[in-house]
Amino acid sequence: MSFPTILALEDGSIFYGEGFGEEKIDVGELVFNTSITGYQEIITDPSYKKQIITFTHPHIGNTGINDEDNESSLIHASGLVINKHCAKPSNWRSTKTLDKFLREQEVIAISEINTRKLTSILRDKGSLNSCIAPLSKLTAEEAILKAKDFSGLKGMDLAKVVSVKEKYIWNEGVWPANNIAIKNHPVVAFDFGIKNNILRLLSDHVGKIIVVNAETSFEEVMKLSPKGIFLSNGPGDPEPCTYAIDNIRKFLEINLPIFGICLGHQLLALAGGASTYKMKFGHHGANHPVQDLKTKEVFITSQNHGFAVDEKTLPANISASHVSLFDQSLQGIEFTDKPAFSFQGHPEASPGPQEIQTLFKKFQSMVEEYAKT
Amino acid sequence: MPRRKDIKSILIIGAGPIIIGQACEFDYSGAQACKALKEEGFRVILVNSNPATIMTDPLMADATYIEPIHWEAVEKIIEKEKPDAILPTMGGQTALNTALSLDKHGVLKKHGVILIGANREAIDKAEDRQLFDETMQAIGIETPNSGIAHSMEDAMEVQKRIGFPCIIRPSFTMGGTGGGIAYNIDEFEAICKKGLELSPTNELLIDESLIGWKEFEMEVVRDCKDNCIIVCSIENLDPMGVHTGDSITIAPAQTLTDKEYQIMRNASFKILREIGVDTGGSNVQFAINPDNGKMVVIEMNPRVSRSSALASKATGFPIAKVAALLSVGYTLDELKNDITGGLTPASFEPSIDYIVTKIPKFAFEKFPQAEPKLTTQMKSVGEVMAIGSNFQESLQKALASMEEDLNGLNSIVEKSYAECKEEILYQLTFPGPKRLFYVCDAIRAGWGLDKIYELTKIDYWFLDQLEEILNIEKFLQDTKLSDLDHEAIYSLKKKGFTDSRIAELINTTESDFRHVRKELNILPVYRRVDTCAAEFATSTCYMYSTYADQCESNPTSNKKILVLGSGPNRIGQGIEFDYCCVHASLAMQEEGYESIMVNCNPETVSTDYDVSNRLYFEPITAEKILDIIDNEKPEGVIIQFGGQTPLKLADILSERGVKILGTDVDAIDRSEDRERFQELIQKLDLKQPANATVKNISEAMIEAEKIGFPIVVRPSYVLGGRAMQLVHNLNELELYLNEAVEVSNSKPILLDSYLTDAVEVDVDVVSDGIDIQVGGILQHIEQAGIHSGDSACSLPPYSLSEEIQKEICDQSIKIGKELDILGLMNIQFAVKDDVVYIIEVNPRASRTVPFISKAIGNSLVKVASKAMIGNTLANQKFSSALPDDLYFVKEAVLPFDKFPLVDPILGPEMKSTGEVMGIGINFGEAYAKAQKGANKILPRSGTVFISVKDSDKKYLDDLLPLIQKNGFEMVATGGTASYISGLNYKVKKINKVLEGRPHTVDSLLNKEIDLVINTTEGAQSIKDSAAIRRTALQNKIFCTTTMFGAFAIMQALNGKEVDWSYKTLQELHNS
Repeated sequence: MSFPTILALEDGSIFYGEGFGEEKIDVGELVFNTSITGYQEIITDPSYKKQIITFTHPHIGNTGINDEDNESSLIHASGLVINKHCAKPSNWRSTKTLDKFLREQEVIAISEINTRKLTSILRDKGSLNSCIAPLSKLTAEEAILKAKDFSGLKGMDLAKVVSVKEKYIWNEGVWPANNIAIKNHPVVAFDFGIKNNILRLLSDHVGKIIVVNAETSFEEVMKLSPKGIFLSNGPGDPEPCTYAIDNIRKFLEINLPIFGICLGHQLLALAGGASTYKMKFGHHGANHPVQDLKTKEVFITSQNHGFAVDEKTLPANISASHVSLFDQSLQGIEFTDKPAFSFQGHPEASPGPQEIQTLFKKFQSMVEEYAKT
Repeated sequence: MPRRKDIKSILIIGAGPIIIGQACEFDYSGAQACKALKEEGFRVILVNSNPATIMTDPLMADATYIEPIHWEAVEKIIEKEKPDAILPTMGGQTALNTALSLDKHGVLKKHGVILIGANREAIDKAEDRQLFDETMQAIGIETPNSGIAHSMEDAMEVQKRIGFPCIIRPSFTMGGTGGGIAYNIDEFEAICKKGLELSPTNELLIDESLIGWKEFEMEVVRDCKDNCIIVCSIENLDPMGVHTGDSITIAPAQTLTDKEYQIMRNASFKILREIGVDTGGSNVQFAINPDNGKMVVIEMNPRVSRSSALASKATGFPIAKVAALLSVGYTLDELKNDITGGLTPASFEPSIDYIVTKIPKFAFEKFPQAEPKLTTQMKSVGEVMAIGSNFQESLQKALASMEEDLNGLNSIVEKSYAECKEEILYQLTFPGPKRLFYVCDAIRAGWGLDKIYELTKIDYWFLDQLEEILNIEKFLQDTKLSDLDHEAIYSLKKKGFTDSRIAELINTTESDFRHVRKELNILPVYRRVDTCAAEFATSTCYMYSTYADQCESNPTSNKKILVLGSGPNRIGQGIEFDYCCVHASLAMQEEGYESIMVNCNPETVSTDYDVSNRLYFEPITAEKILDIIDNEKPEGVIIQFGGQTPLKLADILSERGVKILGTDVDAIDRSEDRERFQELIQKLDLKQPANATVKNISEAMIEAEKIGFPIVVRPSYVLGGRAMQLVHNLNELELYLNEAVEVSNSKPILLDSYLTDAVEVDVDVVSDGIDIQVGGILQHIEQAGIHSGDSACSLPPYSLSEEIQKEICDQSIKIGKELDILGLMNIQFAVKDDVVYIIEVNPRASRTVPFISKAIGNSLVKVASKAMIGNTLANQKFSSALPDDLYFVKEAVLPFDKFPLVDPILGPEMKSTGEVMGIGINFGEAYAKAQKGANKILPRSGTVFISVKDSDKKYLDDLLPLIQKNGFEMVATGGTASYISGLNYKVKKINKVLEGRPHTVDSLLNKEIDLVINTTEGAQSIKDSAAIRRTALQNKIFCTTTMFGAFAIMQALNGKEVDWSYKTLQELHNS
């Protein structure tokens, strides 16, 4: 079933392994994720568009793929890099193997790779562009060239690529209860690559959600009489998303409650006048300590970002609310004069720790407060 | 929040002697706590009765009390030291229970001492089953359907509701003592009856059986600001029904999706909050129904545990140290993660990029009457852990670490699979210590994974992994060494196949295979345990081997010494040897060497990453040690301190030209080889009991008559008196040779004349090669013939004349000189009628080294290690002088309560798991304290039951006046009663069990007897009287099975407990 495959990095490194999933060539930015659980959620997270994910956990595929845990309907990652692939999953919810899912979605994976060595390369050199290719299709040299040819994510607007085309309603809550929303404060969620668990949590907290395309105009959104705006996570560089940034400024002006996560957080900061930068190898994992600067409480959070907001550029009306205890980078902001806040990590978890889901409560109170007026 | 300002001094309660369910993991946690709190500037007061611990080293605390861990003793210490707080969460169940007793007796309130790390309410909520269930209900977390019983009537009611099978667990007992699974009403009654007796609160929890459910553990840490983290998740390979301490476990959990894992994680935090564990480490156990994912919580421990030691070693996150610091007010974010050099805070969750496997080690062979079955009551005596970059490697490394003649998934059945069908079926259905191997044989026999799963409920994920290994093994069996190329061997090594297993399968020798492997340049690399899956760089040298293409070990060019550890704990080789290895490592550092430790036991201090300069968490096998030596190139290797484990490697290491420090390897052979030993004794003109080595039964019969009965028989080359027995006539000898052991040319049997009623003496000497000195002379209380590890003993000797002591010293030095000892040597003597006999000589560290070191205030191991690298005893100003007018008594602690059918009688085979020290101003006081430390409460009044063998009756002449003086009434069985009456003492005759009722056992059950003196000999008599000893044990009635023990008890009763003195080691040795 497996086929000889290589992983080539733009720095010329070559790793030989066993391919599985779809026998095809793909390129992307190589990142590592240190989560022990949750590969199904990770590979279906749209934020991984154009990225190849190295899993540091040594066995991937153990629990197969089930019908409940997808974060979107597609595998967005360009490829997976694995130490040991488990072809025979064991879990009562599993309905298919990882291999089958990858083939259905036409995504390639490579196993039998020294993922620890790869991680230390990425840690030292930063994220690298890379190429996974079956040896039947490309030589090592060709694969390195492919990796070098990849333009990288800097300046790449991928949000509009993964965004939903038509708006839709979401009203289902989190697993395993999957409650249907009963509250009704129309909140519009901009889909820059939104994860299902965000929608599930929003549904549980504020009610039905109207999900719209990333480029939907301010005016069209206002026709939906929203009581709050949600800015989703998503892939790529936030800077080129000027359409979104412009929109957000308008929502800020009319004091609509706004909550942003990950890319949404970066976009909100950009709209507020701050700037963003590309990180060395980003944060990808489920064990990151983040401190609430006001209460000093520490949350273990799920993280997945390669760009970040530069704290030094925050204008006077935006305060830093959270900081990473791993590298002191900015993790959350709050407008002092508007009902708007955002978080760099993933409070919706999925995968990862759920303790900072309290942010959804905060948004809920803002929306309810606003709805009263 | 920075640390509390209102606390200046803290009393840490240790765990006491090593027992099943409570092993050296609490030395590890206690030592970490002492170090951390002392560094923070607290005055640390420590009480622990176990002298073989690192935590009782005088430098670890400001005031170290080696005293009984009993609330009365601890109160005396509180009165004297006036601590502000007590930290009870580092010493296992013993410390928690002691803290509860202190509270119950009003001691805490009276002296204004607070508990930190856990409070009374939290301990109660977690430990009291009913409260726990109610608490869980309140927060909506399911627990197994269950009920509480305080009487047999209650129990029957509950059982009706729950059905069979059901699980019974007594409250407040450690390691699940007294618990079990009942499949029918007979079993149910038996377990409940015993459980009600064992539970200090006479309480049982009866649970619905979750046999076959998946079992998980979460290691949780919480600080006073409610920051919570999971340090590690653990998944049991053996599903519910086998105590987690007896299960093969792996970390992190492998068969949960994130959604399921997070439910468990959230539940763990909720439970800690609701129970009220404000700060520190806890362990929460869950069961999950494999068919539908239903989750229930089984139990939680509001303290650091065996699992937290495992989790600490598995991740590199020092739970005990962090928990200690949290208990004094720090929060997680204020503490640094040492492993990343403080780059990251302790408030994170370790991510690991390898698999850890733990395998428990059992000692059923020591207790032939006990059924080797695993249940909810823990029975293992030790464990190994291994780290690999995948499960197969991790598992196969762990198997190699076991020292059970395993080199992988060896086949266990001895006949064809068809003939063994019933055996395999039984072993798969009723788990025993070897179930994994039977599972593998079932796979080999082609049973199919579905059938095996139905029988064992071992998750398919594990079964698939096993099957893959076995398929490869099958392939190898048809392969020759020359068929294996680089790729094939590399792939095998990546899956953890040991050199010796591969060699065995392809029918070659390990050294030939190793040669080829090295020729092909297939060498292990070493990776670092870094808590973060390589996300951050680490400078901590905590390493494991794997096969890959990047080595992170970066050996230094410093001068360095390798110390080989003692592997898994077992009866006969326990914490004492870990103590020795740690001291050797520290000594090397003090002498300016880089010390490198190799060990595979996660419970130990030696495997703490900051004890040695570098730590390799590896099996202690020739393959792995030679690999490490190739990588590190140390100046020398120390093998003297880890018991038999490293000693077994002496030959192969010296063959490969490795420099072994200390006594020449040949001295080991001269002392272990019977013929050469005899030559040695004759050459020095010393005496040993008449003996012979025999290779078949007829030879044995002839030699036995020459020697004369009684005779001690045992197989050659054993540790801890394995399979050793005392035989009194030819019949018994024949029975032994036919049934108990194998005798052959390659496995000879040793016969030794048994010196009846001789006094046994243990001596440890230290030598720098020229100057030899005696470290201490330990006089045993029980007579020669009782295994030295099971005997109580006294330092200094309490009844040996000066002349005999001098003679023993002279002989010790003579032997030491002849064997050219460099380092330590232990000699066992027997003294009979003022003649000194040599029983055995061990040119290495012995079990008694830590005990003597604590008594003389000087680490024999450090002195010996330094001597081994040229630092003379004179230069070290070594002195073995004891503090004036003090006695130090060691008492052994035995695990009979864990094995219901076993006769608790002492004999030539070692059965004890641990030891305690009692310190007193005379022998009696020291002995009494040692008894209390061993949790054996001496009766102060009442009735003594006496039944002694004929040869012991003469001792009654001297013993009876003492019994009378102490005010006891006497009852005795026929012969003994007549003898006593004959001496004109008042005695009541009582029936032996076989003489009809009411008999002795009835009286014991009716609590009409307070002290049992019962000596017996001969297989039949022992069997007939076993019920007496068993009943006494179950009913906690003090029982001695030797006359010397009886005399010691009478001496102990001379003093009053209120007069006991309590002095710190620091006071004893610094004055």
